Amino acid sequence: MVDKSNIPLSVVDKLRKRVGIALRHGDRIWQLLTVGMGVTVLLLILGIGWTLWQESADARSKFGLVFFLPTINASWNPVLDKFQAWPFIYGTLITSAAAILLALPISLGIGIFLSELCPSWLRLPLGWMLELLATIPSVVYGLWGIFVFLPQVVQPIGVVLGRTLGSLPLLGLFFAGPIPASGASSLAASLILTIMIVPTISAVTRDVFLAIPRSQREAALALGATEWETIAQVLVPFGLSGILGAVILGLGRALGETMAVTMVIGNSAGNTLSILRPGYTMSSIIANEFAEAVSPLHSQALIEIGFLLFIITLALNLAARFLVWRVARRAPQETHG
Amino acid sequence: MTPGVASQHHIRARRGYARRKTSNAVMLLLAGLTTALALVPLFWIIGYVILQGGKYIDPSFFTQLPRPLGIAGGGVLNAIEGTVLLVILASAFAIPPGVLAAFYVAYYPNTPLGIAIRFSTDVLSGVPSIVIGLFLYALVVKSQGHFSALAGGIALAILMLPTILRTTEEMLKLVPPALREASLALGAPEWKTSLSVVLPAAANGLITGFLLGLARASGETAPLLFTALGNDNFDFIAQVRSGLASGQNPIKILSGILSQPVDSLPLTLWKYAQQPYPERIHQAWAAALVLMVFVLSINVAARLWIVIRTLRMQG
Repeated sequence: MVDKSNIPLSVVDKLRKRVGIALRHGDRIWQLLTVGMGVTVLLLILGIGWTLWQESADARSKFGLVFFLPTINASWNPVLDKFQAWPFIYGTLITSAAAILLALPISLGIGIFLSELCPSWLRLPLGWMLELLATIPSVVYGLWGIFVFLPQVVQPIGVVLGRTLGSLPLLGLFFAGPIPASGASSLAASLILTIMIVPTISAVTRDVFLAIPRSQREAALALGATEWETIAQVLVPFGLSGILGAVILGLGRALGETMAVTMVIGNSAGNTLSILRPGYTMSSIIANEFAEAVSPLHSQALIEIGFLLFIITLALNLAARFLVWRVARRAPQETHG
Repeated sequence: MTPGVASQHHIRARRGYARRKTSNAVMLLLAGLTTALALVPLFWIIGYVILQGGKYIDPSFFTQLPRPLGIAGGGVLNAIEGTVLLVILASAFAIPPGVLAAFYVAYYPNTPLGIAIRFSTDVLSGVPSIVIGLFLYALVVKSQGHFSALAGGIALAILMLPTILRTTEEMLKLVPPALREASLALGAPEWKTSLSVVLPAAANGLITGFLLGLARASGETAPLLFTALGNDNFDFIAQVRSGLASGQNPIKILSGILSQPVDSLPLTLWKYAQQPYPERIHQAWAAALVLMVFVLSINVAARLWIVIRTLRMQG
């Protein structure tokens, strides 16, 4: 007979016993599962960044920083394997910037209307409609853009812009026409993007305004300010960082938007600053060429553009979350004050 | 002070007041107008797509595969089946991890890991969908050597995941702690409490979150471009039938289907819209109508669901 308690293997037995208890109770497994799935989300972000970094290694070492730098006559030549991404970066930046410039006043107006002016029974349905606008698939925007929006809205606006602003000294560079007869241009992409990001920005702006304590409004009104003065001089400064956060969120959406932009921008990397000419963006070049990339270096260059896009949106999201978070943290403290 | 100065002062103040009142009215009007302006595209797009799509839609659109150019008729059965398949795959990949992770985040929001997870959820929801397509291409398509429904499904799942995680988290936080505590106090283990007490109590919100995620994923094109790719000859039902007829194992049939490229409505719409042939454009409009009705009705259903439920709970 062997006395079991003296065998050194008892460690294994103990372990087995503990595992048995844990299994029967089930909580360890549950905890592991929930933590594990949470960590998966974390790993996804790291994984996306790491994969794109790895997959673009050759392109990075071959082209270096020149890949991103502003250049005139940038080449994108799959046959000669010579790639420079500047025209696409410029296209993305200019269309997104224009979209933000247009969307900000509109979204501010909507945010103000929804939070301060409209009767409360109207607030919910209007908010829903705006969200529906954000739900319409990007390709549907693109299709409508090609056949309706471009010929009926963008083209006439482009002609007017080219005539009026096109002859100005410095600004004229951005409005040098003529806009193509189809309307396909960076301007078209900017306007479509505006429609697409207004719901995002206005929803956050509305929430920022709604979170501002009542006392702020009452104090301004009691001092004799009109409603507009209250909004412009009290509420907007109060919610400024939240609004900034909303803008950055919208910018993130605009930078990454692919299908609608690709369908209306004309997809041509010309040597021009003008938004009335056809353009090309980072996401459109990936969408158009990646599936049919001719050489390994070609697809690596496209992945490198994707990596840059990922890093930019990552940074923007961090900034936006930080700003919104700061407002959310500050607001409740001041309600008690 | 002479009376003259006083009245001048008075007049100036009055003028200033009138100006302030006018600018007030103008600016408030502008705020209302911008709201109206933003809604114009909504009605324009929906109205136009219904008009155009309605003209070109017919039963064969839903029941037939695409035909070669020049031959009239044909439909987008492949895309409709593909969309359904991709969405089911995406839900299967996104719901379990999303809900499980939400349990951790809802109960441990302020641990370092909890903060990190919430943060990466936010970041993930901001990653451009085309970048997710690239990621899945490198991860799945490249290593398997071919485009597949599986890769497309996972790409859509990554897009759905943040929505599901976020809404589940919010809903779990709304469940009264007393419910959970009562269950734990009766000796039920954590997992049983979570799955059979907390989860059912939060079910309405979960369904809403799931539907919203579904609506977003089913309209996406960019992540499918280099994962699901598109496939004119994809016919799920026919493949299952012929597979069963030849006595194949159902699992083998299914894995065969998952490992081939599939089409989806947004992909078809994107391809057709860029072709110069009128019949393709017509079908693109019809596809836009089907897609839009699908996405918007899921969205509206999600919202109505939550409204009806809250009304019932209050009443």
